[in-house]
Amino acid sequence: MDIVLLSRWQFALTIIYHFFFVPLTLGLGWLVAILETLYVVKKNEMYKKLTKFFGKLFLINYAMGVVTGIVMEFQFGMNWSEYARFVGDVFGAPLAIEGLLAFFLESTLLGVWIFGWERLSKKLHAAMMWLVALGGTLSAFWILVANGFMQNPVGYNLVDGRATMVDFSALLLNPRAWYLFAHTISSGLVTAAFFMLGISVYQLMKKQDEDAFKFSFKLAAAVGLIATLLVVVSGHAQGIFLREVQPMAAAASEAHYETQNPADWSMIALFDKTGKKVIWEIKIPKALSWLYYFKFSGEVEGMNNVQARYEQLFGPGDYMPLVALDYWMFRVMVGLGFLMVALAFVALLFARKFPPKWLKAMRWLTIGIALPYLANTAGWLLTENARQPWIVTGLMKTENAVSPSLTPASVIISMIGFILAYTLLMTFDVILLTRTARKGLAGAELEALPADESAKEEGGY
Amino acid sequence: MDLNILWFVLIAVLYSGFFFLEGFDFGVGMLLPFVGKSDTERRAVINTIGPHWDGNEVWLIVAGGATFAAFPGWYATMFSGFYLGMFLLLLALIFRGVAFEFRSKLGSPVWRYAWDWGIAVCSFLAPFLLGVVFTNLVKGVPIDGTQMYTGTFWTLLSPMAILGGFAVAGLFLLHGANFLALKLMDEPRARSKKIGQTAWMVTLVMAGAYFTYLMSGTTTFGNKGTGVVIAPFAAVFALIASRITTGAKREGWTFALTGLAIVLTVASLFIALFPNVMISSTAAVNNLTIYNASSTPYTLKVMSIVAAIMVPIVLAYQVWTYIVFRKRVKADSKTLTY
Repeated sequence: MDIVLLSRWQFALTIIYHFFFVPLTLGLGWLVAILETLYVVKKNEMYKKLTKFFGKLFLINYAMGVVTGIVMEFQFGMNWSEYARFVGDVFGAPLAIEGLLAFFLESTLLGVWIFGWERLSKKLHAAMMWLVALGGTLSAFWILVANGFMQNPVGYNLVDGRATMVDFSALLLNPRAWYLFAHTISSGLVTAAFFMLGISVYQLMKKQDEDAFKFSFKLAAAVGLIATLLVVVSGHAQGIFLREVQPMAAAASEAHYETQNPADWSMIALFDKTGKKVIWEIKIPKALSWLYYFKFSGEVEGMNNVQARYEQLFGPGDYMPLVALDYWMFRVMVGLGFLMVALAFVALLFARKFPPKWLKAMRWLTIGIALPYLANTAGWLLTENARQPWIVTGLMKTENAVSPSLTPASVIISMIGFILAYTLLMTFDVILLTRTARKGLAGAELEALPADESAKEEGGY
Repeated sequence: MDLNILWFVLIAVLYSGFFFLEGFDFGVGMLLPFVGKSDTERRAVINTIGPHWDGNEVWLIVAGGATFAAFPGWYATMFSGFYLGMFLLLLALIFRGVAFEFRSKLGSPVWRYAWDWGIAVCSFLAPFLLGVVFTNLVKGVPIDGTQMYTGTFWTLLSPMAILGGFAVAGLFLLHGANFLALKLMDEPRARSKKIGQTAWMVTLVMAGAYFTYLMSGTTTFGNKGTGVVIAPFAAVFALIASRITTGAKREGWTFALTGLAIVLTVASLFIALFPNVMISSTAAVNNLTIYNASSTPYTLKVMSIVAAIMVPIVLAYQVWTYIVFRKRVKADSKTLTY
């Protein structure tokens, strides 16, 4: 096996895993901050219990996000040293600033939040969670500035075969980064809203702490509806912009091969085993032009045309990503997105009066917790794969980015190690989350050791 | 002073901050099963670092990020060259990190016992590996003319690097024991003090041997003249002084002095290294320096502005957290958070 393929697999596995935890952190921080603020303002213990309950779930999830995030920072150097050398001058800065400006804030003040219930005033304590949520959001911004550069490089010059930064503000104002940011933050809120909906409805089924979980259901449904709509709007805006700056990626997500005006939209397609050729599809005339221009005319460049242009610009080679993957991940993401809009709408209707008749149908929302996770993963698979064969669009190919000093054996060792460690931790994480979630508000307290063990411990181990 | 020098110093400061702060976290982790004899006592031990360890670990993330931003060549060669070492370091940090969060959330003795030992082992492994990494920077590793590491995993495990690993782990263990003596009460506090006294002896010997080995066995120390020995001597002196303050029952001073010894150790390595960032044992012309491994002046300038604003702010709120949680932790299950 070659080290490029192995390193790509390892990076894909570790980043997908990392991003299981990130969106919930991004969204749930704000929701917990809202709950705690309600406690401070209304002085109702119910809100405090909800804060502690969802706060504990937040913490279990947060820990996993932190430790899997360090892996990402290290891997740019470990597996992709030539990439690090090539873009370090541009790409390193947002990563370092993320740590200084955002991650420090988030981690330090979260520690204060966890241990500070008795030591800070109520207002100051609630402020900690607002700052934690802000830290997480800023963190996402800086990471996406870095990723935005990989998608759509701006503010740089090529000097001696290295990308060097010449305009920091251009890097920050990269529209590609801002679209990613809007879409990611709203997806984070959706993830948190569906998480809260699912757990709340589960508790309502069990008739446990009903008042509290009716409130959290209502809050989550409202946030969920707003956030799902924001996801749709930011996603579509991103798609329109994508056609301008990454025409190959945009065309691949729609399996659009030939340049057309007006352009037909492929609704469903099957691919051959190379994943780059369509063997069967249903097309809707002119619809692709409408999706991009909101009218039934307008040219949309196809992949074959981009391929020809790129060959002239960059020399011979295959500049098409794995079309089938992009095409289907795009459809999974968008399909789930619209499903979630509908579910959030129904949930909000239910939340007006909580008619008992509906409750049985609503329990599906517990399984619905999985939907944002699938959509988030599909979205990033699309984004990162559609950029291929480039690691930085138009500047560096992924195959040239790997660390030349690596041996296949060492990457296999680390990959197996990560897979084993991550599987084990996922098991623990799910056990802890479900145990805590099942107990209802009482789950916010730490579990005590069994009585006989506590008695025994007096004598020491 | 040009920006390349400034960033070399800043990265040394970031690693010093990390070693000082996470140093006692690691030490506390190593000592967890030995200082805490019951579940409640172990919880008390974890609660001493509970509010701080995550913020402390960010120092490493920022140091790594700053290395990437300011010296991409250094970051690329070090992380790819030390691949399996970095991988093991990641595993240790992963398990240790979740352990603090997961441990007390299940009321199962087996679960807690397993995590306690997981914390202890990972808290040793991480500083040991960091010691190995930093020793190799100073000692030199095979690097060719394209800044590429040409050794293997085993190249990194020379006797000097292993001694470096143990010396760093020992320093952290001592620092952790002194932190616990400062933060705990009653019996666990007494136990920490006792362990600290034994650890002091062992650490002093290891640190002395480590510095002697570095001075006699590396070109970085060997070629620098007498100035380069000041920091190591000061580090050893701080260690000796910490024993005197222990005898005088000044726990705060003792903790500060072992912290000083750690910072001086990091300073020793960086002073010896300067103006290089990695030594090539293949040929001196292949050394990575603060110039041939660095970013452009523009990037360094942007980063300097950000650092000038943010570092004081971060320091301010981190100091504030230590003021908020200044009280000693009592091994009483009613008052413990974790």
